[in-house]
Amino acid sequence: MTPLAAYLVLSALLFAIGLGGALARRNAIIVLIGIELMLNAANLNFIAFWRYGPNPEAHTGILFVLFSIGIAAAEAAVGLAIIIAVYRHYRTTNLDRITSMKG
Amino acid sequence: MSAGFYLVALMIVGSAVAAMSLRNLVHCALSLAVTFAGLGLAYLQLQAQFAGFAQVLVYVGAVAILIVFAILLTRGSEPEPEAILSPGWLWGLGIAALTFVVSGGAILSSKLLPAIQGEPPTATVKQIGDQLMTKYILPLEVVGLLLTAALIGAVIIAMREKEGGQ
Repeated sequence: MTPLAAYLVLSALLFAIGLGGALARRNAIIVLIGIELMLNAANLNFIAFWRYGPNPEAHTGILFVLFSIGIAAAEAAVGLAIIIAVYRHYRTTNLDRITSMKG
Repeated sequence: MSAGFYLVALMIVGSAVAAMSLRNLVHCALSLAVTFAGLGLAYLQLQAQFAGFAQVLVYVGAVAILIVFAILLTRGSEPEPEAILSPGWLWGLGIAALTFVVSGGAILSSKLLPAIQGEPPTATVKQIGDQLMTKYILPLEVVGLLLTAALIGAVIIAMREKEGGQ
């Protein structure tokens, strides 16, 4: 297995773990953590392709990861704010008990 | 592959599984911080020093703390008396396993992956800064604007509702 393939498999495994957690857990915060893991798996792919790709002097992979980290930070802030607002309304973060949109 | 890769991979995968499966939410958040640190180590191994340190600063430093705050503000630190898995959890895990099998199989059987094993590329902070200030100046400004808007939006969403609003 080449180093690039090893990193890609590691990234796929991380993505699958995050997806499984996001689909199987019932707590909203854990679902958000799973989404963060999936975003990080994508970032690992970018860095691995930059390192072992044909044009590393362009730094495209690193710069994409930097922007992606910025977007993910904004996503985490907004997601946790929504979870806190929903918790204030329903007094729970259990996704199975948050059933109506209108409140 | 070197032993360092396997150590880092074990750290990432083990702590990610723990973050997704533990019952106490604070333990989940701490395992998540370990996962993020392991990813930072993987970036350092891949010669992407700046991305590695940005990962540590943003994820270990900020996002993990943010998640711990959200857990404590929603009283999630008390262990839940009921089941932690949703009713359709078997489907969820099955879909995740299928995703891994399909993408892993595609990676291992692919003949399109570049097989370049040359000198490790260099990415100094100066080079990255030059690129950010010349070629990528517009995306940088847009990300700044987006972060400002997102943080203001987060504050407004999480702000307490007015009296009578609830």
